[in-house]
Amino acid sequence: MIDGLAARVPPPWTAIRAIALNTFREAIRDRILYLLLVFALVLIGSSRVISLMTVGDENKIIKDIGLSAISIFGVLTAVFVGVSLVFKEIERRTIYTLLANPVRRWQFVTGKFFGLLAVLALNVTLMSVALFALLGFRGASPWGLLPAVLMIGIELTIITAVALLFSSVTNPILAAVATAATYVMGHLAWSLQLLKARVDSVAGSAFCDLVYWVVPGFDRLDIKTEAVHGITLPSGFLPLAIAYGLGYAAVVLFVACVLFERRDFS
Amino acid sequence: MRPVASEADSGDAAIAFRGVRKAFRGHLGIGRVVAVDGLDLVVRPGEVFGLLGPNGAGKTTTIKMLTGLVQPDAGKIRLFGKPPSDPAARAAIGFLPENPYFYTYLTAAEFLDFYARLRGLGATARREMVPRMLQRVGLAEKATTPLGKFSKGMVQRLGLAQAIQHDPELVILDEPMSGLDPIGRRDVRDLILELRRAGKTVFFSSHILQDAELICDRVAILDRGRVITSGRLDDLVSSQVSWYEVAIRGALPERLPATVVSRDGGETLLRVDEVESLEALMAAVRASGGQVVSLWPCRETLEDLFLRKLQHPVHDKVRTR
Repeated sequence: MIDGLAARVPPPWTAIRAIALNTFREAIRDRILYLLLVFALVLIGSSRVISLMTVGDENKIIKDIGLSAISIFGVLTAVFVGVSLVFKEIERRTIYTLLANPVRRWQFVTGKFFGLLAVLALNVTLMSVALFALLGFRGASPWGLLPAVLMIGIELTIITAVALLFSSVTNPILAAVATAATYVMGHLAWSLQLLKARVDSVAGSAFCDLVYWVVPGFDRLDIKTEAVHGITLPSGFLPLAIAYGLGYAAVVLFVACVLFERRDFS
Repeated sequence: MRPVASEADSGDAAIAFRGVRKAFRGHLGIGRVVAVDGLDLVVRPGEVFGLLGPNGAGKTTTIKMLTGLVQPDAGKIRLFGKPPSDPAARAAIGFLPENPYFYTYLTAAEFLDFYARLRGLGATARREMVPRMLQRVGLAEKATTPLGKFSKGMVQRLGLAQAIQHDPELVILDEPMSGLDPIGRRDVRDLILELRRAGKTVFFSSHILQDAELICDRVAILDRGRVITSGRLDDLVSSQVSWYEVAIRGALPERLPATVVSRDGGETLLRVDEVESLEALMAAVRASGGQVVSLWPCRETLEDLFLRKLQHPVHDKVRTR
């Protein structure tokens, strides 16, 4: 028996930070990220041209296209990078040496989550700076868009957790399909309430309610229209939406950690 | 040689397997394939222990259970008295998997820095340690080269640096010589011997028996998930001459006090177990008009033991010298 082995185990955040940094490095050295970022910046830049071809307030159209670009390219990054995060480590067997260290599996999953979140934060920041600069250049105040950008960040946090959950249990293709399906379902969750109103049976109604509350409520977090048109948000909306989004992501991450804990790497 | 305690006494063992069993799902998820079946093994601190066996014997599964990558279905595994699932147990080990593949987007220095961070080493310690380890494995000039540009041998050496950089008490190596050229194999052998001199425990799997014979204190031979023999090399393999091999050209005597190992054209290779029979054979060959081409005194090697235990008789093999 060797004395003081427990003392050699570093605090949990040490491994989480190291894995997050490594994940961040991996993503920013991947060409796909730059490809997506360039597409997004081109789209934001070209929104000025699109606005000229459209009837309406040009600045509002630029804001609308800009926020949509930030959201769509953020989601694409989260899905494309997120679904292969864990799978690649298993497939290439890099996880063997990693988990042979004094690292707990939940620390590995959490580190991956924060690494991808850092990449998305960088992405969203760069795209937002481009959009804000374009609006500033045209003399329009961009600051009213900040809550919408924040909500996009919350949405991406949930998608990252969902992508990581699927990446922990299946291959990247299935994980991408499942994550994309979750994203679409989350945005169409309102339709479940319409469906519920048309369903006669109690069981059907309960099922609609169940799915409505289980899928992420992206439709409720989406405030792009309000931000673009300057519509005032209900009082207390932002703190509640942030708490809901972070709570949802935390639960999904917890499930991913539990499932990952039981895996054999054979 | 270090004293080896009884296998039953595993209280202060570096590694202890007790009745460990592991089965995986069969092809298409049908049935169960037993990879390790009732494994009992004890490795003492300071030993170099070789886990030998043919492909599919269960060596890699054993090592994966030891490093916590795979959970056993039954039995107990202990690393310095703790289960592998306990990070405190893994704090004392360094591990190099078989055919390692590392992050190709990292440079050699970033790679070692990452593993040092995982172990909680501070920035100052990492700055001092990373170049020192790269120097130790002969990769100092490759510090800023991405691993994607590394050869297999270089990846293996870097993997070894990763396994020993934190000065672990126990180093676990899965087929460390696999795929290496003779110089690479010698380097790995030297490193293991260096670890032994430093009082470290080394547990490695291999199917390259020559290397195992040169560096192991004890070995276990695994076949179909079971240990078929284990012990000190000195006890398993005799250093005395055990038999003679005689090559005869031309006619053979009618009555041979020897076993025929092989025939190749006009030459016959015989095995003689007793020195008295050897003298009788020489006389008989002379009388029959044959010619003794060569005579080799042989001792049992680890390979012979391996083949014998796996029930592939030595006699069936044609020797080349």
